[in-house]
Amino acid sequence: MAYLDHAATTPMLPEAALAMTAQFAVTGNASSLHAAGRRARRTVEESRETLAESLGARPSEVVLTSGGTEADNLAVKGLYWSRRDADPARTRVLASPVEHHAVLDAVDWLGEHEGATVEYLPVDRYGRVHPEALREAIARNPDDVALATVMWANNEIGTIMPVRELADVAGEFGIPLHADAVQAFGQIPVDFGASGLAAMTVSGHKIGGPYGIGALLLGREYTPVPVLHGGGQERHVRSGTLDVPAVAAFAVAGRTAAEQREWFGREIGSLRDDLVDAVRAAVPDAILGGDPAEGGRLPANAHFTFPGCEGDSLLLLLDAQGIECSTGSACTAGVAQPSHVLLATGTDPDLARGTLRFSLGHTSTEADVEAVGKAIGPAVERARTAGLS
Amino acid sequence: MTETSQRPRPLRVLAAMSGGVDSAVAAARAAEAGHDVTGVHLALSANPQSFRTGARGCCTIEDSRDARRAADVIGIPFYVWDLAERFREDVVDDFVAEYEAGRTPNPCLRCNEKIKFAALLDKALALGFDAVCTGHYAKVLVNEDGTRELHRASDMAKDQSYVLGVLDDRQLAHALFPLGDTLTTKDEIRAEAERRGLAVAKKPDSHDICFIADGDTQGFLSKRLGKAEGDIVDESGTVVGSHEGAYGFTIGQRKGLRIGTPAADGKPRYVLDISPVNNTVTVGPVAALDVSALTAIKPRWCGAVPTGPGTYTAQLRAHGGETEVRAELVNDTLEVTFTEPVRGVAPGQAIVLYADTRVVGSATIATTERATAAV
Repeated sequence: MAYLDHAATTPMLPEAALAMTAQFAVTGNASSLHAAGRRARRTVEESRETLAESLGARPSEVVLTSGGTEADNLAVKGLYWSRRDADPARTRVLASPVEHHAVLDAVDWLGEHEGATVEYLPVDRYGRVHPEALREAIARNPDDVALATVMWANNEIGTIMPVRELADVAGEFGIPLHADAVQAFGQIPVDFGASGLAAMTVSGHKIGGPYGIGALLLGREYTPVPVLHGGGQERHVRSGTLDVPAVAAFAVAGRTAAEQREWFGREIGSLRDDLVDAVRAAVPDAILGGDPAEGGRLPANAHFTFPGCEGDSLLLLLDAQGIECSTGSACTAGVAQPSHVLLATGTDPDLARGTLRFSLGHTSTEADVEAVGKAIGPAVERARTAGLS
Repeated sequence: MTETSQRPRPLRVLAAMSGGVDSAVAAARAAEAGHDVTGVHLALSANPQSFRTGARGCCTIEDSRDARRAADVIGIPFYVWDLAERFREDVVDDFVAEYEAGRTPNPCLRCNEKIKFAALLDKALALGFDAVCTGHYAKVLVNEDGTRELHRASDMAKDQSYVLGVLDDRQLAHALFPLGDTLTTKDEIRAEAERRGLAVAKKPDSHDICFIADGDTQGFLSKRLGKAEGDIVDESGTVVGSHEGAYGFTIGQRKGLRIGTPAADGKPRYVLDISPVNNTVTVGPVAALDVSALTAIKPRWCGAVPTGPGTYTAQLRAHGGETEVRAELVNDTLEVTFTEPVRGVAPGQAIVLYADTRVVGSATIATTERATAAV
């Protein structure tokens, strides 16, 4: 088996699983006042401190959520509402068109239901938002911008955004910038404190932690309107009993991700380069998606377009040989649609149907790369016979 | 002669799984027979509804999920393939165009011809599969020389060879119908599904037209074609009523005519003719529906093309009875004469010719000849 879909989810780290199962044996609601509650609270707060340290943030800036999607929704909707409440003129939302659906659909929802004017920022052919583009968009009327949201690194094609520069531009105008850093965390340096961001999303299961846990890193001056109302457990912006086992495991995974980040970039990056070379050797006309430059893309991402193929066909053929990857596009009812990311980069819609994303992770091996190198040529040849239906 | 499902060589089989009980049991039987089976649900609607409404339709997200759960239980890989664009072009648009032209199409047959055993089969073969498996009730037999014969299912009540009559030898060579050789009732298929742990065992049958979820064909057509008011006339040409689009009618239809003027003899009237050119629907007594002969175009043959006239049994609509005919191919048009007049033959429908249980061929009914004097 060659599992090459770590960007979808990556195997849980044994130490994270241990931390999680250890907590299963312990009772205690972190909001309770008695000893059991205090013990649970201590675990949560120690975990929060660990996560904060791993991400260059203060503990009070870590708002625990049920995952990346909730954190994105809280940032986008919550900041929109709070900024508009403070000044009704602020109804413009600036977003990159290559965002994950958790951001994209939240932004579109604001446009459809909350009177927001949604403006998608232009991207280059690698899907990158340039700071000048953000400046241009804000400068047209700085007073009506509620927030801007640009992901730290793209989940499909791996392109890394100039987050610090973008945050500087937004900061000049006093506009909060949110970044979805779900894919970036663990792969490239992610320092919330140094980033200048107002808010940043991370997720547990993408870094070897459990599903169902994530966090919104949130600057202390921001109080987004809650999406979930209730006990107000997390800074009164997020309610719900904290999942202590998941929080503990998330912290272990977060610490490991930060500690191993350099190793990951070097070793997994080199393995990824081998994979790119192997695919190109087998299929010379394969088009590498995203920024080809060193440092321009996530070290674990390899995205290809295979002209004349359907991604679906390739996926089936590789899956049958134990190679697990993704077509790299969003799914609606299990049906692959041409990727909005590729379309935003100006890729022809027919071409955009023939994509595969290989994403590596901490368990990836040379054997995985070899398996792809061996299988991809015949699979592409076969998929081309099947053509574009 | 051996049956395909009993061929010893394991095949790489792509099972089309609608989310219904038949295709689930078919896939399970193919897997049990030792074939290497992969399940595929065809997404045929660009904007699928989340849930089935009543018992109708087969294109919802819920159906896709049912198919996936069946594949899980059978233990086969499962994918969803988007064939919505092809389906819209080849089946839905064709359906509308046929009604617009005053004919009565059979979209299930069209789907078999253009989607399941064309688009899907071609893709399957290109990807290295040997056959496409469906839950149709029909039999494929293999002759000594390797050619195929399509036969009615063992269970005549469930037989679906009519909607498969358009398949040629090549298509049949790559078709697997694991339900065709069972002399079973639907209840027994459901019991088998239950035994196999398939949750779709209790799922209601889909019927009618899958892309018209509410079953309102007239409403669907009027949305697509717009209202076009016109006259309903009797056989003498006297206007007896009005309609909102001639395309909404089918030869032999009695209900929904809303004729104000009663017939002279007080008997019910039926649609005898639809004329899209002058947007007129002609109605008349039931006897005028009797047809003694017809011509049919675009013939497709399962096996050798017959030379000279021959006597066959014919089926003229899905779930229709059999009737004896003499048929001859003249300049690529099938000329058919009925031994006894038949009632309510609609141009656009297929005529399928049988020799005993074997499908000889199929063609699309173009014109009919009245048994009584013409209008």
